[in-house]
Formats: sequence, structure tokens, C-alpha cells
Amino acid sequence: MSMNVKIRHVGGVTVLDLSGRITLGEGSIGLRDAIRDALAAGSKKILLNVADVNYIDSAGLGELVGAYTSVKNAGGDLKLMNLSKKVKDLLVITKLLTIFDVKENEPDAIAAFA
Amino acid sequence: MFALTEPELHEALTLPSTLPTVEIVEAKATEYAQKAGFDEDTASQLSMVSREAAVNAVLHGNKKDPNKQVRATFSLTPEALTIQVADEGGGFDPSAIPDPLSPEGLLKPSGRGIFLMRAIMDEVHFRQLSPGAEITLVKHRNRD
Repeated sequence: MSMNVKIRHVGGVTVLDLSGRITLGEGSIGLRDAIRDALAAGSKKILLNVADVNYIDSAGLGELVGAYTSVKNAGGDLKLMNLSKKVKDLLVITKLLTIFDVKENEPDAIAAFA
Repeated sequence: MFALTEPELHEALTLPSTLPTVEIVEAKATEYAQKAGFDEDTASQLSMVSREAAVNAVLHGNKKDPNKQVRATFSLTPEALTIQVADEGGGFDPSAIPDPLSPEGLLKPSGRGIFLMRAIMDEVHFRQLSPGAEITLVKHRNRD
């Protein structure tokens, strides 16, 4: 099972609803393409909803870091929301929780972009 | 839950240097983690780091060379689950891997696989083969 991305626009924020696995191969490429497309469309406020991401490996973590860097370099802002315990544990272990702005839910996340 | 008389389970797979090998190793690790009685979170992390070991063997060790094999072994004893992944590549020096927690390492897109193995498993051992490298991952079973 690979990763699926659905794109929504909420209050000037591009929300990417990710589901499935962010792993080496299709999963990580899917995220990279979605970020590239959002930036190309002029989105500067990007919110990754990882509620339905059930598996992530080191390549997937690398893609999250790559997404963060790409958005920052484009002058934008990227946040994460709805982390499962599994994903949060990995971000804690790798200290990536210190670089990502993580929100508990969508209203908080959208408000934080203002 | 498990009697000391429980027979040891052991399986050895010889696999091609292709990405489907990564999925096979991950699935087999999940199967053994479940047989070992690890909780879902531990089983998921264990299968993920086994996947990392297989990725390293296929991509970095054997460099997807069709003439080279990946050997994965799974051993379950009353004490521990041990997973070994070996390649036929040029070997590597684990001490040369940069720290992914350093300020410059945090924003790198790669280099977290070995770190995750060490963080999640109870023991991680590296052995140089001729040719190749072998990673041994050990998770002790909780017998409370």
C-alpha cells in the first residue's frame, strides 16, 4: 500500500491529507510531488494532515524534512497536525519534533498560520 | 506466556537485490514480532528497522546488483528475536555515519536508518563479511 494525497484549501491554507505509508519509493515520491505542486500553485501556507499515515520509515522522515526545507526555502510555512502515537514517537526519537511546528487539530493549525 | 520448552523458530531467506526484497523482509519481521508476542507499537518499530536494514543491503550494500544476494535470517528463542541482514557489497564503517541529531544532521533528508535501529532495538551489531556486511538486530522478549 502506498501513500495517497488529497488536497483541500481552508482559509488560505493548503491542506494535504496524507494517508497510507510514507516509505522509500512511491510513498515518499508522492509527498515530494504534492509539495512541489502546491508551491508551484503559489501556496505558501501548507498543512500536512498525517492522521491517516499508519507507517513511516527513515526515507519517509527524510521526505518530511525535505518538504519542510522546500517550503521554507520558498518563503512559506509548513505545519503538521494529527500525529498518531507511532509517528510522534518517531519524531521524538529523531528530534524532528524540535523543527516541525506540530498542532493537535485543524482549527488550531489553521489559526496558527495567521 | 511462553514456556522455556518452546521450540526455537528459525528461517533463512536468500533474496535478490531488488526493492520487493525490502517488503519481504519487513513482512517476515512483522510475522516474527507477532509470534514473539511484542505489542503492536514494538512490532511496528521492529519491522520498520528491519526494513531499514534491508534497504541498506539492497541499495547501499549490493547497489541493486542482480548478481548479488541479500540473506535475511529470523530466529526466535524464548529470550529474544534476532534478525540478521547480510549483503555482498563493499562493507561499511558504522562509526563513519554522521550523527542525525546534530544541528547539521537534523535537516538532512537521509542518514537516520542506523540511528533508528540503535534507538529501537536492544542490541545492534555490525560484522564485516568478505565480501559484504551483516547487521544483527536483537529485541529481548518481555517475560513479565
